[in-house]
Amino acid sequence: MDVLLPRTLEEALEMKAAKPEALPIAGGTDVMVELNFDLHRPEALIDICRLPELREWKRENGMIFLGAGVTYGRIMRELSELTPLTQASRTVGSPQIRNRGTVGGNLGTGSPAGDALPVLAAYDAEIELASANRARSVRWNEFHVGVKKTALEPDELILGARWRAVRGPGSFSKIGTRNAMVISVAGLCLVMDDDARAVRVALGSVGPTVLRASEAETFVAEELTRSGNWDDPGADLPVDAMGAFAERVAAAARPIDDVRGTAAYRRHACAVLARRALGWALAARREGVGRP
Amino acid sequence: MGDTRVRERTRGGIGEDVARIDGLPKSKGAFAYASDLWADGMLWGHTLRSPHPHARIRSIEISAAVASPGVHAVLTAEDVPGKKTYGLEFADQPVLAWDRVRYVGEPVAIVAAEHPELARRAAARIVVDYEVLPAVTDMKEALEPDAPKVMEFGNVLRHVRIVHGDPDADADVWVEGYYETGMQDQAPLGPEAGLAVPAEDGGIDVYVATQWLHVDRQQMAPCLGLPMEKVRVYLAGVGGAFGAREDVSMQIHASMLALHTGKPVKMSYGRAESFLGHVHRHPSRIWMRHGATRDGRLVNIRARLLLDGGAYASSSTAVTGNASTFACGPYEVPNALIEGTGVYTNNPPCGAMRGFGAVQACFAYEAQMDKLAAVLGIDPIELRLKNALSTGSVFPTGQVIDGTAPVREVIERCAAIPLPPEEPTGPATRDPITVPGGAQNVGHGEGLKRGVGFAAGYKNTAFSEGFDDSSEAWVRLSAGPAGPLVEIRSAAAEVGQGVYTILTQIARSELGVERVILDPSDTNIGSAGSSSASRQTMMSGGAVQLACGAVREALFERVRAREASSDPAGELRLEAGQVLESELPLGPIERFLDEPIEETRVFHHRPTEPIDERGQGAIHVSFAFAAERAVVEVDEDLGLVRVIQIAAAQDVGSALNPRSVEGQIEGGTAQGLGLALMEELQVVDGRIRNASFTDYLIPTILDMPPVVSVLVEEPEPGVPYGAKGVGELSTIVAGAAVAAALRNATGRELNRIPVKPDDLVGLAEPPTSSGPPAAPDVPGPRSVPEYFGLGAGQMEILANDADDA
Repeated sequence: MDVLLPRTLEEALEMKAAKPEALPIAGGTDVMVELNFDLHRPEALIDICRLPELREWKRENGMIFLGAGVTYGRIMRELSELTPLTQASRTVGSPQIRNRGTVGGNLGTGSPAGDALPVLAAYDAEIELASANRARSVRWNEFHVGVKKTALEPDELILGARWRAVRGPGSFSKIGTRNAMVISVAGLCLVMDDDARAVRVALGSVGPTVLRASEAETFVAEELTRSGNWDDPGADLPVDAMGAFAERVAAAARPIDDVRGTAAYRRHACAVLARRALGWALAARREGVGRP
Repeated sequence: MGDTRVRERTRGGIGEDVARIDGLPKSKGAFAYASDLWADGMLWGHTLRSPHPHARIRSIEISAAVASPGVHAVLTAEDVPGKKTYGLEFADQPVLAWDRVRYVGEPVAIVAAEHPELARRAAARIVVDYEVLPAVTDMKEALEPDAPKVMEFGNVLRHVRIVHGDPDADADVWVEGYYETGMQDQAPLGPEAGLAVPAEDGGIDVYVATQWLHVDRQQMAPCLGLPMEKVRVYLAGVGGAFGAREDVSMQIHASMLALHTGKPVKMSYGRAESFLGHVHRHPSRIWMRHGATRDGRLVNIRARLLLDGGAYASSSTAVTGNASTFACGPYEVPNALIEGTGVYTNNPPCGAMRGFGAVQACFAYEAQMDKLAAVLGIDPIELRLKNALSTGSVFPTGQVIDGTAPVREVIERCAAIPLPPEEPTGPATRDPITVPGGAQNVGHGEGLKRGVGFAAGYKNTAFSEGFDDSSEAWVRLSAGPAGPLVEIRSAAAEVGQGVYTILTQIARSELGVERVILDPSDTNIGSAGSSSASRQTMMSGGAVQLACGAVREALFERVRAREASSDPAGELRLEAGQVLESELPLGPIERFLDEPIEETRVFHHRPTEPIDERGQGAIHVSFAFAAERAVVEVDEDLGLVRVIQIAAAQDVGSALNPRSVEGQIEGGTAQGLGLALMEELQVVDGRIRNASFTDYLIPTILDMPPVVSVLVEEPEPGVPYGAKGVGELSTIVAGAAVAAALRNATGRELNRIPVKPDDLVGLAEPPTSSGPPAAPDVPGPRSVPEYFGLGAGQMEILANDADDA
């Protein structure tokens, strides 16, 4: 097995074009496990962890770019104002794993249990891809097309994710049957977008890919409009509306029974998390968090 | 003379919190575990395992594997040099399967190659033609007459029937319950590993992480066709055991490959293979009916226990014996009928795990005690105190407790430990990491219910039912370059429990010498018995004490012969490197050590009896008791749990190293808490679905609460230093206490552990049974295979009969 060691992005894309079967490796927290367990033997590895373009995050023109090579540890230290992303990063494995694992790994592996993915979905992120002769962006839901299936072409690398910075509170929660270091049984990210007057809810581990609860989103945005909450964060949302929102979120889940949990519990958990996350967001707005 | 000044006492002796001698290297990553073993030119072994729970082997084609690059040997059952089967209690387990495989993961062929990868690839090229047979993977179905037979003689391993008093005695009040426990794994962090090195004398030297060197050798030698003395077993660094290393794993396979190739062969299981390569805790189904007087005295207990032993016997018969004899808990009951059955199935074999049958029984009888308390309207702790065993009490087996039995004390002292303060439960009032769900941010204090649960339990120390699991020790006292030096040799396996440190503490106290060297454990000395059954402090500690005593007497003879005594009747004593006579220093010990003194001694516990037809007999050596109280917080909406505090009181006899005892209580509690909340091998149709640490969850530090321990010290008569075994009790009671606390918090039945989130939010129905599990019509009370002439393993040691082949 060859290991390719590009020093620049340009070089990396050339190598990838010449050897499309080369599997990108950054932190190795997914790839090395597969290798060690002899589950997957790629022809070659391409080590992308030294490419500066992938290791940066930046804000420009109201957008946020998060490089594929940024580790969860760095997100927690450097991007703490992005609450849902930081919370999701905190739930990834152990400190050692967070110091190695990258957002690009979640994207490339494409497991619906990837902890960062519901956050990117709730942010409506575009995934930026490049090959030697073109660059393109793909919306998050067009990038992950099935369980561990992505729209990545063989000659492409994932550069990172880009999304419009959102004004408004949000959170990420993850269910697991122990209190740390656990693969997601169900995950939920809720983001309130004060400017767009929208609520976006994404679910992890309850379908073949990360899902958005679109009906619930529309429903709750309308309820917030009806109650006047968008203009007056002190205005209460009717309790019934909270419950109806939670039910709609649960209905969006497409869970299965597996070794980590039952479909019934996953659906139930989505409802509980949805109600809680909305409650936290409304409370944060009342208290003025995320407002200028 | 300045150097004759006497310090108060010898440092580092018994009763002190002596630091673990393996603690620093393990903490710093410098400790060499079995998986770190290396020999020049060594080959790597790999095991091909059965993919089927039950199948006939039509043929095995190895030619492609033999022709693979780097391969030095591919061996099957035909190549086993001697006896084809082995086993701890009965030799019913094939070294390599021929004819039939009985569980998923059963070894079928072994390969030695120059690299583990080459060995693995070659193994993948072995073609085994299987005819898949119907499998029995449910313990209850195994008892049905038309069930597929795992063994020719049927599916019953052992049936124990204990008849005590009048089993038909009536009571004012009855409570009935049905309970299930899942298949827990020992999950030692160090997977099975060892290195077999062929010796010039045609024998083999095997370095392996194990719990009992001599029982390994006992099983290895006949299979290898070697005399016992040509199989030498050395203890390699053990990364946890908890019962998982009591059975042979890679020992015979690596030895076969090494003898065949003439090269050292290392075998080192990966995590997934480790789950297939050792036995597990028996899943159980238990039905109980408790009768009591209106004022809360137990009158009669009926119990039926069913344990899934899996495909081979391992130690299932002893586990069945324990679960059955302990079924009534640490309580006096005048009448009882207990029927316990261990069965064969096509599930992975089950055997020894910390608690050894007592864990399953405790979960059931403590739930029953709570049920009874609720029906009678009596405080659960008061009910337990009212029925608590004490010295002189009689067990359902007729055995009278003649040692200490501070059951009341452990219950009272545990209950007296202050409860943790109530925490604010409103939203956003505390750090989310402290609520159920921990680091995952699922709640800010919503839906929390606190619950408190209590459990008491007990277990025996050392082996039972007539087994003489003796321990030998050799001690040498000599003049070293820096004063007197003690050297100890014992085959006791340090498995992380601290026995090495205890043995050195004992030598220091017995000989008044602080410099103690412990030789590596191997089979060049007599057996120390197993590092299991909470027995090493008592047994190997006892052997070192005896040997030290003999060395001391020899030294005193020299002293008396050489010193013109000022006080011929004066008592000699050793302390802090000095010989004292009537508390006055005679001189440094090394003055009398121009020749070293060596002594070897064997410690035997008192004899026990086999169990008889009515389940009667003084079958256990000594008993220890414990109580734990769990305080939990349940997120009622999500069914997630945080244990807030464990209060523990344990009957330890006397604590030779209090810090180590507390460590054992905490570690054992973590394992019991794990069983209650998360640890289960999910076996479906005979296949383990979660053979990884990704999906077999064990508690993290965020799942473990503070453990407040109280050591109840009432020295046990007739036992070295009065010290009882301490390794298992907290595991036995922790699971039951946590489950009780969850019931208290939620009001739900929760009659199966591990308790799942689905159970706590009411999405899953509790398991039920239509009446007690069946009691089979088989010979008893001994193990069924015995009636069919299958005897081997430990029984050979007992019979001192090493020529079975």
